[in-house]
Amino acid sequence: MTLAEHHPTIPAEVSRTLGARLHGWAVTVDHKRLGIMYVCFGLIFFVIAGIEGAMMRAQLAQAAGKVVDPATFNQLFTMHGTTMVFLVGMPMLLGMANYLIPLMIGARDMAFPRLNAFGLWLFVFGAILLYYSYIGAQGLYGTSAAPDVGWFAYAPLTNRTFSPGNSTDYWILGIMVSGFGSITTAINLLATILVMRCPGMTLMRLPLMAWMMLVVSVLVIIAIPVLTGAQIMLLLDRSLGMHFFDTQNGGSSVLWQHLFWFFGHPEVYILVLPAFGFFSEVIPVFSRKVIFGYPLMVAATVAIGFISLGVWAHHMFAIGMSPALNAFFAASTLLISIPTGIKIFNWMGTMIGGQIIFATPMLFASAFLGIFTFGGLTGIMLAVVPFTWQLSDSYFVVGHFHYVLFGGTIFGIFSGLFYWFPKATGRMLSERLGKWFFWLLFIGFNLTFFPMHVSGILGMPRRVYMYQPDRGLELWNMLSSIGVIIQAMGISLFVLNVLISLRKGKVAGNDPWNAWTLEWATTSPPPEWNFDQVPTVGSARPLWDIKNPTDPDSNHEGIS
Amino acid sequence: MFVLSVCCLVGIQGGHAATEGSAIVCAPVGQHSAVNVNAGDLNIFHSASPPAHEIRELAWLVFGISAGIFIVVEGVLIWSIIRFRKRKVDAGEPLQVFGSNPVELAWTIIPCIIVLVLTLATVRTIREVELESAPAGALEVDVIGHQWWWEYRLPAPSGAIVVTANELIVPVGRPIWLSLRSADVIHSWWVPRLAGKTDVIPNHLNHTWFQAEAEGTYLGQCAEYCGNQHANMLLRVRVVSVEAFEMWCAAQLAPQVADASGVDGRALFLELACMNCHAIDGVSKGAFGPNLTHLMSRETIGAGAAPLNPQTLRAWIDDPQSIKEGCNMPSLKLEASQLDAVVAYLLTLK
Repeated sequence: MTLAEHHPTIPAEVSRTLGARLHGWAVTVDHKRLGIMYVCFGLIFFVIAGIEGAMMRAQLAQAAGKVVDPATFNQLFTMHGTTMVFLVGMPMLLGMANYLIPLMIGARDMAFPRLNAFGLWLFVFGAILLYYSYIGAQGLYGTSAAPDVGWFAYAPLTNRTFSPGNSTDYWILGIMVSGFGSITTAINLLATILVMRCPGMTLMRLPLMAWMMLVVSVLVIIAIPVLTGAQIMLLLDRSLGMHFFDTQNGGSSVLWQHLFWFFGHPEVYILVLPAFGFFSEVIPVFSRKVIFGYPLMVAATVAIGFISLGVWAHHMFAIGMSPALNAFFAASTLLISIPTGIKIFNWMGTMIGGQIIFATPMLFASAFLGIFTFGGLTGIMLAVVPFTWQLSDSYFVVGHFHYVLFGGTIFGIFSGLFYWFPKATGRMLSERLGKWFFWLLFIGFNLTFFPMHVSGILGMPRRVYMYQPDRGLELWNMLSSIGVIIQAMGISLFVLNVLISLRKGKVAGNDPWNAWTLEWATTSPPPEWNFDQVPTVGSARPLWDIKNPTDPDSNHEGIS
Repeated sequence: MFVLSVCCLVGIQGGHAATEGSAIVCAPVGQHSAVNVNAGDLNIFHSASPPAHEIRELAWLVFGISAGIFIVVEGVLIWSIIRFRKRKVDAGEPLQVFGSNPVELAWTIIPCIIVLVLTLATVRTIREVELESAPAGALEVDVIGHQWWWEYRLPAPSGAIVVTANELIVPVGRPIWLSLRSADVIHSWWVPRLAGKTDVIPNHLNHTWFQAEAEGTYLGQCAEYCGNQHANMLLRVRVVSVEAFEMWCAAQLAPQVADASGVDGRALFLELACMNCHAIDGVSKGAFGPNLTHLMSRETIGAGAAPLNPQTLRAWIDDPQSIKEGCNMPSLKLEASQLDAVVAYLLTLK
């Protein structure tokens, strides 16, 4: 195998009209274009969800804020949560995997290219359906339009009695449709990773990111159908008068919680494992060292996947479960901290003894290690059932899950975007703007979400449009709100960076980071067919082997 | 993050101090306003009842272990960031270390031990706090969550049932066993200084308990999102001496004294829609809203949305939506004279 040096350009494409080019994007089945579209839509919804979050923080900056009315506030947190999980996290992560996995495993495309396009457009359609509710739906008491039942939509608040109108139906259908898209993408990724690997790439030579996406795909295929099923039951309750969750007629609201969280907890790992995958690529390259303990990393990933299916009821410690069930779910939840801890230690073991280059992707990765450790530790606190009887549904929980999902998933996405942007566009993002962006986001993030832990300990429940002025909460809420302004400045710099770099960024070349996985062996951007010649690999770091022919990794396989 | 952590600890203490100052300003106006310097203090660490004590002790243990892990991990992280940054003298690639079985075994086994310790501590505290049945000598109180207020039914020493709303009055030192039910959606009963939260779920009976050690007012609020006015579904527990509790029960059970100032208002109460939702013993039997038989014995109105006094009562009846936007009580668009009469009547419900 050799590093590609050129690929034939397609002059016809340059001269095409705008309409023809848009048509090209709409009908494409190329995994790279689909991946880019996923990321672009995800970024748009990231900005929208960010604006929703900022409006909530504006309202809560003071005890009796008057920025929005209660009904609007309830829509804001519902839409913020739903959007971040289903329209930002899922599409961006699955989209980046869509772009990268075939390149990383030396394949020409995904296993099912047309299914791939179908998945993207289902996601887009579901997202539009959800957001159309702002225009077309009626909510509680006709006062509101968008869904306002919270992102986990607890029954029986979603029952027709308490949620008249049809905003909740928009929530059900929008998420259900985009969920089908996620399932198809997961099936596709699974098939691709299992059968499309290039010659020589055994499972134990997969890039760690591909391993993590393999586990994520399995989790998506197990978890999302449970949500879809529960949503269909809810839809039947609402539109055909059935009583699954209708407590006025013998239905069970606890059943909804079990079904939702059986999806909801694996979902957390669906959102964070791909980011772990990005970091598992970024940290070795910028530490200039091979990943420490590859087999243990794989084992930890698979363990997380398994255990994550048995911890869901830790979201339900306050519903009055028996002591035995409470103890079981506490133990399983604490157990998951072991493989997660192993990952953190192995990443740090990779950095120790390295020559770390703090380019923007690595800044995000090292900040992630610090932040995620903190979020993991507050997670341990929340696994301790009696402590959760105080903390659950308080702002402490809001602080906790932003530390893991923002500090994990979103930092991972930005680390990955800075790392792979040159591959996808052929140009580097500005490092100068990137570093400003990182520091603003890092400071703003901590300022926003750290004080929430304190608010929670001081007794502030989540999902309140106002809080009492005499409870010592003002300072902490004000700090949180100020943090949002700093984050917003950072995000603006990122958008600016993308817009400038797309036109004027430094030309990247094939392998700007001196990296080791196959995507860097082809051109930037890669041709439609990815590789002129399907590569053959002899280790998990094929480009290392080429660059260091005297000490190829294959000499070290099986030794650790 | 280190700086922030320190701020946090200072803040948890500082928050306490701040509330002591402001509580006096916000002291309730009602007749029973036993001023409690800690009224605005909901800090889960300032426990005042056995379940909250148990949780606090466990919390400190978990905090301690977490702080240890945090310091070690962040310390190593910062050290490696500083120590192993690429320097100008570095040439070529560093030594490639593929892993180390003893090291990896160590950082697998040590977390296992920590997890075991935490699990055992958790199970122990669950058994201390989560009781299967009412403790001996407990006062058994029925709690019913409504969108967006609380209904309480508790037995007086005579055995008669006192029905009240939004303010739970209990005797000091006696275990209180709460049976939690919901009339509509899921709520959660959370008074942080007395006990952790327990969800109030329709079709699903739950229990919780506490035993307040000192007299005073303990605040909390609904902790499960329950719709529009979730934020104003506040909890208020007044812990009083045993004698004061008995007197309060007797007063709650006493029939209304007919008062001339309330005659017109009472007629309006029956004539207008009020009686459909509100019960007043001997007058009406509505069950959708709070029982008003002894309305004026309470400190707040609208489940804590405003202090209760003649001005706020008048404003509330004129337009509840102006105080608690989205609540289920409509404005009846009363004329000023009707409003005066209804308020005058309600003021007699002591």
